[in-house]
Amino acid sequence: MRSRTTIGRIDIWLFVIYLALMTIGLLSIYAAAFNADHPHIYDFSQNYGKQLVFIGGSLLVGFAILLIDAKFFNAFAYVIYGLSILSLLLVLVVGSKISGSTSWIQFGSFSFQPSEFAKFGTALALAHYLGKLDTDFTKLKTKLIAYGIVLFPMMLVLAQGDAGSAAVFIIFLFVIYREGMGGKILIIGFVAATLFIISLCVSKWYIMIGLAVIYAIFLLMIDRTKKNIWLLTGILIAACAFVFSVDFAFHHVLKPHQQTRINIILGKEHDIRGVGYNLNQSMIAIGSGGFSGKGYLKGTMTKYNFVPEQHTDFIFCTVGEESGFIGCFFLIALYLALMLRIIYLAERQRSAFSRIYGYGIACIFFFHFAINIGMTIGLVPVIGIPLPFLSYGGSSLLMFSMMIFVFLKQDANRMNIL
Amino acid sequence: MIKNKINYSQRKYVIGSIFILVAIILIIKLFIIQIVDDSYKQSSESNTLRYITQYPQRGKIYDRNGKLLVYNDAVYDLMIIPSQAKNIDTASFCKLLNINNETYNTSFNKAKKYSSITPSIFISQITKEEYGRIAEMLYRYPGFYFQTRSIRQYPLPIAAHTLGSIGEVTKPEMEHDAYYKLGDYIGKSGIEKYYEKQLRGKKGIKITVVDVHNREKERYMGGAFDTLPESGDDIILGLDADLQAYGEYLMAGKTGSIVAIEPTTGQILAMVSSPTYDPNELVGRQRGQRYNDLLNNPDKPLINRAISGTYPPGSTFKMINGLVSLQSGVMNANTPYPCNGKNSAPIKCTHSHGSPVRLYDAIENSCNPYFWQAFQAMMNSSRFKSQKDAFQFWYDHVTSFGLGRACESDIPFTVSGNIPKKEFYDKVYRGVWNAMTIRSLSIGQGEILVTPLQLANVAAAIGNEGYFIEPHYIKSFNNPNDSVSFERHVIDIKKQHFKDVKKGMQSVFEGDHGTARWSRIPDITVGGKTGTAENPHGQDHSIFMAFAPVENPQIAISVVVENAGFGSTWAAPIASLMIEKYIRGEITRPNVEKRVLTLNENE
Repeated sequence: MRSRTTIGRIDIWLFVIYLALMTIGLLSIYAAAFNADHPHIYDFSQNYGKQLVFIGGSLLVGFAILLIDAKFFNAFAYVIYGLSILSLLLVLVVGSKISGSTSWIQFGSFSFQPSEFAKFGTALALAHYLGKLDTDFTKLKTKLIAYGIVLFPMMLVLAQGDAGSAAVFIIFLFVIYREGMGGKILIIGFVAATLFIISLCVSKWYIMIGLAVIYAIFLLMIDRTKKNIWLLTGILIAACAFVFSVDFAFHHVLKPHQQTRINIILGKEHDIRGVGYNLNQSMIAIGSGGFSGKGYLKGTMTKYNFVPEQHTDFIFCTVGEESGFIGCFFLIALYLALMLRIIYLAERQRSAFSRIYGYGIACIFFFHFAINIGMTIGLVPVIGIPLPFLSYGGSSLLMFSMMIFVFLKQDANRMNIL
Repeated sequence: MIKNKINYSQRKYVIGSIFILVAIILIIKLFIIQIVDDSYKQSSESNTLRYITQYPQRGKIYDRNGKLLVYNDAVYDLMIIPSQAKNIDTASFCKLLNINNETYNTSFNKAKKYSSITPSIFISQITKEEYGRIAEMLYRYPGFYFQTRSIRQYPLPIAAHTLGSIGEVTKPEMEHDAYYKLGDYIGKSGIEKYYEKQLRGKKGIKITVVDVHNREKERYMGGAFDTLPESGDDIILGLDADLQAYGEYLMAGKTGSIVAIEPTTGQILAMVSSPTYDPNELVGRQRGQRYNDLLNNPDKPLINRAISGTYPPGSTFKMINGLVSLQSGVMNANTPYPCNGKNSAPIKCTHSHGSPVRLYDAIENSCNPYFWQAFQAMMNSSRFKSQKDAFQFWYDHVTSFGLGRACESDIPFTVSGNIPKKEFYDKVYRGVWNAMTIRSLSIGQGEILVTPLQLANVAAAIGNEGYFIEPHYIKSFNNPNDSVSFERHVIDIKKQHFKDVKKGMQSVFEGDHGTARWSRIPDITVGGKTGTAENPHGQDHSIFMAFAPVENPQIAISVVVENAGFGSTWAAPIASLMIEKYIRGEITRPNVEKRVLTLNENE
C-alpha cells in the first residue's frame, strides 16, 4: 500500500525529464555507434543494445529504491560513503588501466568505476552530516569535517590519476555554500580560478609585476591604516605563492597529456594531429550541424567515426551535428530544467538531509553538464567525464539514476517528516 | 541554529543564477560555432570523406660501412570501403583485375567482416605496370581506390636471418597495438621485428572529399586535418656486409653457422646460418607461399642455427675450465699434470704429446687428461667446504661468460643453451655425486650445451681478457657516428689467467703440435681452440672459436660445421679465412679457401 502511494507521489516533472534525457542518450548512441550490419537498436552485441540494457537495469534499481524506506539513505549515509571509500581504495590495488588512469574495477566483461559511486556516497554523507540538527556550521570543527568529507574521496580519485573525476568534487563547495559557508570563499575561489588560468597563459614573472602594480594602486586608494596595509600585503604574498604553486603543479604534478590538453584550450599549442584531434573533430561535428542539423542518422562526421569516443564522452557531438543549434538549445534547456527542478524541490523539503542531498546531486549534474559540453565545444580542457544520462556506460548511468531516484523518494516522502 | 539556516535560503538564487549563466555561456558558444562561424560546414551532404593513410617510409638498414642492406620500393594496394562499393559490375571488374569471381567475393567479405565503413586492402602489392592499367578504369567502381605502399628490397642476397622480414599483421598483433590496421605490415623476425617501433615511423592521414562518382574532389578543409607521415629511423648495423657475404659463400652447401663479434663493442660482424635463403624471397604477394616452402624444406633454412642451435662445446670449453681452475687457486699455469695418452684414465687423450703437460701445452694439444685433472683438483680442493661448493664456484664463473642464458639484447629468439646446476645432479644422482660423476664437464661434454653465438662471445671475452659487451646487432640509429650501448659484463677472473690462456690459444696456431697449425695466417696472430662435439645422431660436429689479433682483438669468431668431424679439419680453416678476410680484406691462401669449398662437393 505504502509503496504504491510513494510511486504515486513522485515528482512527475523530474521523472519525465530524466526519462527524456535517457531516451535522447540512447538515440544518440544509436546514431554514433550505428553499425549497418546490426541495424536494430535492441541488438545487444552493439553499444546501443547494451545501453538499452543499462537503462532497463537502472530503472529496475530505481523502482527498488522507491520501495525502500525513505529514512534508509539518511541512516545509512555513512555506511554507503564508507563503502565508496573502500571501493576507491580497492581500485588503487586491483584497478585496470583505461586510457592513462587506473579507475576501473573489472568484473568479467563489465567494468565499474568507483569514482562514480563515490560522488553518490559523498553527496549522502555530506547531507547527513550538515543535516544533523546539532551541526553548527559556525564552528571551525564543523567546517573542517564538512570539507574533509569531500576532500578525502577527491584525493583518492586524484591518486588514481583521474584528475577529471576528482575535479567533480570541487562542486560540493556550492552545497556547503548553500548551507552557510562564507560567500567570500566562493569569491576567493573565483579569483583563484582566474589567477590560475592567467598563470598558465602568462609567465609567472609578468604576473608578479601585474600583482605588484595592483598592490601599489590599492595602497594609494585605501585608508593606509596599519591593519589594511598588513592585510593587503598578506593578500599579495598569498597570490604570489598561489601563482608559483600553480606553475609548479602544472609542470611537475600534471601528466604530459594533461598539460597538452590545457595548453590546447589556452591556445598555446596547436596540435590538431594529436590530442587536439578529438577537440577539433568534435567542434567540426557540432559546428557542421548548423541551425537545424543534418537530420537524425545523417551526420557525416558521426557516420565516419571522425570523433573518437563519440558514444561516451563526446556524445554531445552527435546531438550537435544531427540536430543542430535547435537541438543543442533544447538539450541544454532540458538539463537546466532538471537542475532547477531539483533545486526547487530541494527547497520545499522539510528535512535538511533531503534538501542538502538535493543540492548535492543538482551540483554534480551541473558540473558534469557544464564541463562535458564545455569540452566538446572548446571552452574547457578535455577531461573525460560523462554527460549524465546521455553518455554510453553502465556504471555512470546507474549511479546518476540512483541519485535521481533517492531524491524522488525523499521528495515523495517529505510530508511524513515533521 | 535552524533560524541560521533559513537565512541562507536566499542563496538558492545565487546557485540557480550560476546554473543559468553557465547554460547561457554554452548556448552563446554553440551559437557562434553552429551559426555564426562558417568554417565548420565545409563538408556537404552529397560528399563523403575518404581517409587515405599516408604510409611512412620504413627505416632503411645499413651495414657498418654504410653499405645499403634494406630499402623500400613502391607498390600499390587496391583499397575497398565496402559500404561505398555499391552497384559494382563484378564481371568486368574481375576481368580488369585478372581475378575470378570467387576471389572477389572472398576478399569482399573479408573486408566487410573487418569493417564496412573503414578501408581494407582488397588486393595488395600491385606492380606499377598493373597499377597504370587499373587506375585508368577505377572510376567506374565506387568504393575502390589505390594506396601507395612500400615493400622491402634487399640489394644483397645476404643476412636473411639477421635482417628478418616483414609481413601482414595478424589479429593478435592488431589487438595488442592499435597502431596497426588490417593489411599493415609489421616486422616478423630479426631486426625488422626487434626494431619495429623505430623502423615503422608514423603514419599520416590525407582526408579527401570524394563525390558520388568515386572521384577525389578536394582536400578536406584544405588539408588542415591531414597529417604527414614521419619516416622511420634508419638502422646501422654492426654487420660487415662483405664478411657476411664471404661467410655465406664459405658455408654454402654445409650445415652450420658462423658468428663473428667485434670484441670491444659486442657488435655482431657476421652471423651466418647455413643453409640460408635470399631475403628477397620473402617479399611481395608470394611471401605466404614462399614462407611455407621454406618452412617445409627438410634442411630447415628458416632456423637461425647461430642463435638457436645448441651444441656440446667440446674442447673449446676447456678454456673456461682452465680459467676457472686457475682462478680457484688450486693450480697455476706451470702446474704439471701427467698424461698417459690413450691409456689415461678415466679420460683418454686423443693426441700424442709428452708428459707431464702444463697449461700452454695442454691447450696446444687439447689434452683431455690435463683438463680432467685440473677440474678434479678444483672440485676436491680443501679451499671449498664441499664438492658442491666447488661446483657452485665453477657454475658461477662459467655462467658469468653469458652461458646458460638467453642473450639480453636486440637479438630475438636466442636460446639459453645449458649449464647444469647442482640441483640437477642432486636430482639425477639422488644427492650423491662428485667430480668423478660429472667428469665429462671437464672436457666440454655431458650436459653442457652452447649456441654458436655464446661461443663467439666466449672468444670475445677471452680476447678482451675478462670482459664482454652483451652481443648485439645494432650500431646506431640514423647517424653512423653514434652508437647504442649495451651492458658490459666483467668476469671475476684475474687478467693474468686470461693472458696465460690466450698464450696457449695462440700456440694452437703457432705451436708445432697446434691443432690448428694448418690454418695459420701469415702476419696475423690468432688465438683459437678447436673442438669436436660428440653427436649421438651421426658424425661429430666440427667446432672452432678464435680471436685475432691476439694482442688487441678486432674479431672474435665461432664456427660450427655439423657432421663434419674434427674441429681442426673444417671449422678452423673457415674461421681463419673469415679472420683474414676481415682484418686484411683479402685472402692470401687460395688453397685453403679451395679446400674449404670442396666439402660441399664431397657430400
